[in-house]
Amino acid sequence: MKFLKKTAYLVGPVLLALLPGVAAAEDTLSSGDTAWMLTATALVLFMTIPGLSLFYAGMVRAKNALSVMMQCFAITCLITILWSLYLYSLAFGDDIGGFVGGLGKAFMSGVGVDALSGSIPESVFSVFQLTFAIITPALIVGAFAERMKFSAMLWFMTLWVTLVYAPVCHWVWGGGWLGSQGVLDFAGGTVVHINAGVAGLVAALVLGKRHGYPQQPMKPSNLVLTTVGAGMLWVGWFGFNAGSELAADGVAGMAMLVTQIATAAAALTWMFMEWMSHGKPSALGLVSGAVAGLVAITPASGFVGPMGALAIGVAAGLVCYLAVVKVKRVFGYDDSLDAFGVHGVGGFVGAILTGVFVDAGLGGAGLAEGVSMGAQVGKQFMGAAATIVYCGVVSFILLKVIDAVIGLRVDVDEEQQGLDLVLHDEQGYNLH
Amino acid sequence: MKLVTAIIKPFKLDDVRQALHEVGIAGITVTEVKGFGRQKGHTELYRGAEYNVDFLPKLKLETAVTDELAEQVVEAIHKSAATGKIGDGKIFVSSLEEVIRIRTGETGAQAI
Repeated sequence: MKFLKKTAYLVGPVLLALLPGVAAAEDTLSSGDTAWMLTATALVLFMTIPGLSLFYAGMVRAKNALSVMMQCFAITCLITILWSLYLYSLAFGDDIGGFVGGLGKAFMSGVGVDALSGSIPESVFSVFQLTFAIITPALIVGAFAERMKFSAMLWFMTLWVTLVYAPVCHWVWGGGWLGSQGVLDFAGGTVVHINAGVAGLVAALVLGKRHGYPQQPMKPSNLVLTTVGAGMLWVGWFGFNAGSELAADGVAGMAMLVTQIATAAAALTWMFMEWMSHGKPSALGLVSGAVAGLVAITPASGFVGPMGALAIGVAAGLVCYLAVVKVKRVFGYDDSLDAFGVHGVGGFVGAILTGVFVDAGLGGAGLAEGVSMGAQVGKQFMGAAATIVYCGVVSFILLKVIDAVIGLRVDVDEEQQGLDLVLHDEQGYNLH
Repeated sequence: MKLVTAIIKPFKLDDVRQALHEVGIAGITVTEVKGFGRQKGHTELYRGAEYNVDFLPKLKLETAVTDELAEQVVEAIHKSAATGKIGDGKIFVSSLEEVIRIRTGETGAQAI
């Protein structure tokens, strides 16, 4: 998300010359920008419900299909309420030491009809940001799917968005320390994907494997739903990446173009990798690659050019394929739906390569004045590392505390019966 | 009376039904089943997780027939269900002690 910082970064010299002292005081509403941001906001919410929900529901066994859909839907509701009470303020309120926002915007204080954020109403900015705060915890669901208690999930998500998402979001986009250090994260490679991926990996490790994993077959219940969901994610992602410009302009257009190219490149890369190693291409591989490409281009989308996007897509397809298909098997952790393998790893690849392909010589928007490519990559690495360490440690503590107080997992019998029936007294599929 | 039970490939069901109809069979019961025989299963791969599927889907047909008709019925199923490839299935013939039509209470050959 550019906020004001990124405008200064990219087209800084030009814009600053035109508008000396560009500042909030100069804000005027642009109906074009506002129209696009209203649309982009709806697109990003569409990514979670129903895009991600379907993507995930198709990959779990039939007995758990409804449980993951319900988790994504309940997270959407839960985060919305928390956002309106205090979360928006923690992320975007007045900066406290570069770490977190203050409570000045709690209860949506000051977000009136006339309040502006840049060239759009603050109400739109706030809901747009909310949709990012929704999809991030929803992504984590993929890592602990098929075994976590619903109540524990709600507690974890409440605490996690408060203590992890809000601060990290503030660090990068809310005026916090990472953004002011020049770390580039256009649409959330670090805030959303590395954050969710790392929390997912920690959750998979703390909860432990699903009963019977990996000896027992755990076949996806409906890859048609998964393919449909992946397609919805792709479409919604235009709101995510092109919307992160917070304006309807050339950068938003380029963000859309590079998103399309990187996604296609990663999808085909994964498909051909599988084709070469296994002998046949698969639909699940193709769409998994697409999501990996979407993830990796996210931090880069406002900064790189079309050929940079192609390179990022190929790299993401390759590295995420190896992470999901090879690395996970070697280490034996049970990241059920590969939240870490796709979002954590893809987010990291994207974060680092953003520092490379932002270079004007490689078709990007150009490095900040006086910053070398090596220095920018270093900043990118620092941003990713800070998020990995902070998110990893806090997520671990939260999970351990919740486990001690109410328990994280359903018991073995319940797990075998399936969460739909045991936790919700209903079934996703009543086909007979 | 005989009970003829056949395990067939699912896509052969219409051919078999047609053949049995021509022989004069009035009713059959069909069940979706899974099993293994000499035909090998297949492999499925999901993001690198490889699963061997040993049990293949088949259909089980059951029909009660008079002793006179049994041979024709077996022949009809045999011809109509065959593809010549492994996995075509089997036909079992067993003696049937009694048949009762629930609606009327008729028994024996009349109930078939």
